[in-house]
Amino acid sequence: MRAFRYARAADPAAAASAAQAPGAKFIAGGTNLLDLMKHEIETPTQVIDVTGTGLDTIAPTPEGGLRIGAMASNAALSADTRVRRDYPLLSRALVSGASGQLRNKATTGGNLLQRTRCAYFYDTAMPCNKRSPGAGCAAQGEGATTRQLGVIGISEACIATHPSDMAVALRALDAEVETLLPDGRTRRFTLDAFYPLPGDSPHIESALAPGEMITSVVLPAPVGGRQTYYKVRDRASYAFALVSVALIQQDDGSGRVALGGVAPRPWRRDAADEALPQGASAVMEKLLEGARPTRDNAYKLRLAERTLAALLEET
Amino acid sequence: MHPPDQLGRHRDASAACGDDHSPCTLHVNGTRHDLTLDNRTTLLDALREHLALTGAKKGCDHGQCGACTVAVNGTRINACLTLAVMHDGDEITTIEGHGTPESLDAMQQAFIDNDAFQCGYCTPGQICSATAILEEIRAGLPSHVTENLSTAIDLTDAEIRERMSGNLCRCGAYANILKAIHQVAEAHS
Ligand SMILES: Cc1cc2nc3c(=O)[nH]c(=O)nc-3n(C[C@H](O)[C@H](O)[C@H](O)COP(=O)(O)OP(=O)(O)OC[C@H]3O[C@@H](n4cnc5c(N)ncnc54)[C@H](O)[C@@H]3O)c2cc1C
Ligand code: SF4
Ligand code: FES
Ligand code: FES
Repeated sequence: MRAFRYARAADPAAAASAAQAPGAKFIAGGTNLLDLMKHEIETPTQVIDVTGTGLDTIAPTPEGGLRIGAMASNAALSADTRVRRDYPLLSRALVSGASGQLRNKATTGGNLLQRTRCAYFYDTAMPCNKRSPGAGCAAQGEGATTRQLGVIGISEACIATHPSDMAVALRALDAEVETLLPDGRTRRFTLDAFYPLPGDSPHIESALAPGEMITSVVLPAPVGGRQTYYKVRDRASYAFALVSVALIQQDDGSGRVALGGVAPRPWRRDAADEALPQGASAVMEKLLEGARPTRDNAYKLRLAERTLAALLEET
Repeated sequence: MHPPDQLGRHRDASAACGDDHSPCTLHVNGTRHDLTLDNRTTLLDALREHLALTGAKKGCDHGQCGACTVAVNGTRINACLTLAVMHDGDEITTIEGHGTPESLDAMQQAFIDNDAFQCGYCTPGQICSATAILEEIRAGLPSHVTENLSTAIDLTDAEIRERMSGNLCRCGAYANILKAIHQVAEAHS
């Protein structure tokens, strides 16, 4: 790990202002940043501790939703009685991720900004456009192992997925991300606006400007319905998703579907939601239209469809 | 002048506290320690290398094994994935704070009674997690296998296994770890 200066921010304004400095990085739970700093994939010269900024509350909004502070831990969020009752999809997605210890530390903001688990991104001996723009993509080299990697929304430059389970549930729930800029302005993003697709600049993973801090995530008023999160992985616990399906299904058969494990961001499309009453294959035809799988990860297309079909059969 | 720390190293806060060091007070197992640490020092390295508390183990150093599990202000975390300087003022409980060889706590005794380890390397982390999960279940923290999100959580094998999944055991003592945890849970209820 490279040496760095450490400062604790007392409030969001101080944090955003301090984080404008080149080489500065926020730290919240630290469970992703420190992992990457040990590998020297992340090399901040200044680390701004935001855990003391008072953003750990979960409060009702005037619109009947919930405002989740960026510092609320994944464990606390999953256990919140309003979340369990009104947004069970979010609870389910959270508890499917990582381990009990990690969820106690991981925060809402940090979870959104956790970086990809592409093995070549982690292997600093291999070329990676995310780590070093223009270096090339080892995952697309001859003989590369790609079974974990993305099938849609990917680009010539990068085929990595976003690993968060929480974000998949938030996408299905139409959550928005609220931020604070160093100049005091605030912004609000849908998740699709928050996560740009990689295109030819896969090192740009969010819409955040330098120093811009996530302050909260806003859930709209509850939409009800049957909510399920099904995560398929190589072992039953403590593993990232190969494919995950977030489903909200209303009594009339309408609803929403978002996928994890397949794309550089939680994957959802209006046309696919509209096809839900026609069943899993109609949904996936729309949702995965334009997919560019490799030989080794084409199974994800069928796995996503079968997982959704199984969930629809449960009703 | 500061007294030497437990490994006999003398610390001089004024000299060490440059840009990349910070002062930090840790309360570990009820004892206060005033330290000046390189900002890079993880909580795990602070415990092991600076305070000579070698119970918490370094298995992977990347959050993947749970051998470093300790409680911070009553909550279990991986000590390898957090900076010591982020825990200024916090109360930390390591395996050394659970019991002594002469007077083991209930979970330590249950691990012995049930032969819940072989090499023992993962055991301090297992015991810290095992103690914490019983509290988490009581507090109603849901897990991946919790069937109903709105009722009290049953202490089933599946619940215990899922909640212990962040603690790997290369010797495969899982079956007996499960028994040990049941023993303590039943004694409590
Ligand atoms: C072994 C292991 C297994 C895991 N398994 C899963 C899994 O199955 N599913 C899953 O979803 N996740 C999994 N995770 C990832 C885990 O969920 C993330 O590490 C965690 O959510 C990150 O949150 P944090 O608060 O620790 O972030 P940090 O590490 O503190 O920060 C992550 C990034 O976010 C930035 N950041 C943090 N807070 C803010 C803010 N408020 N504003 C702007 N930027 C901010 C930081 O600068 C950094 O770049 C796993 C992690 C490990 C180590
Ligand atoms: S897929 Fe993306 S993250 Fe993986 S090696 Fe290629 S550029 Fe890097
Ligand atoms: S040493 Fe911390 S999880 Fe392995
Ligand atoms: S007892 Fe050997 S690793 Fe668990």
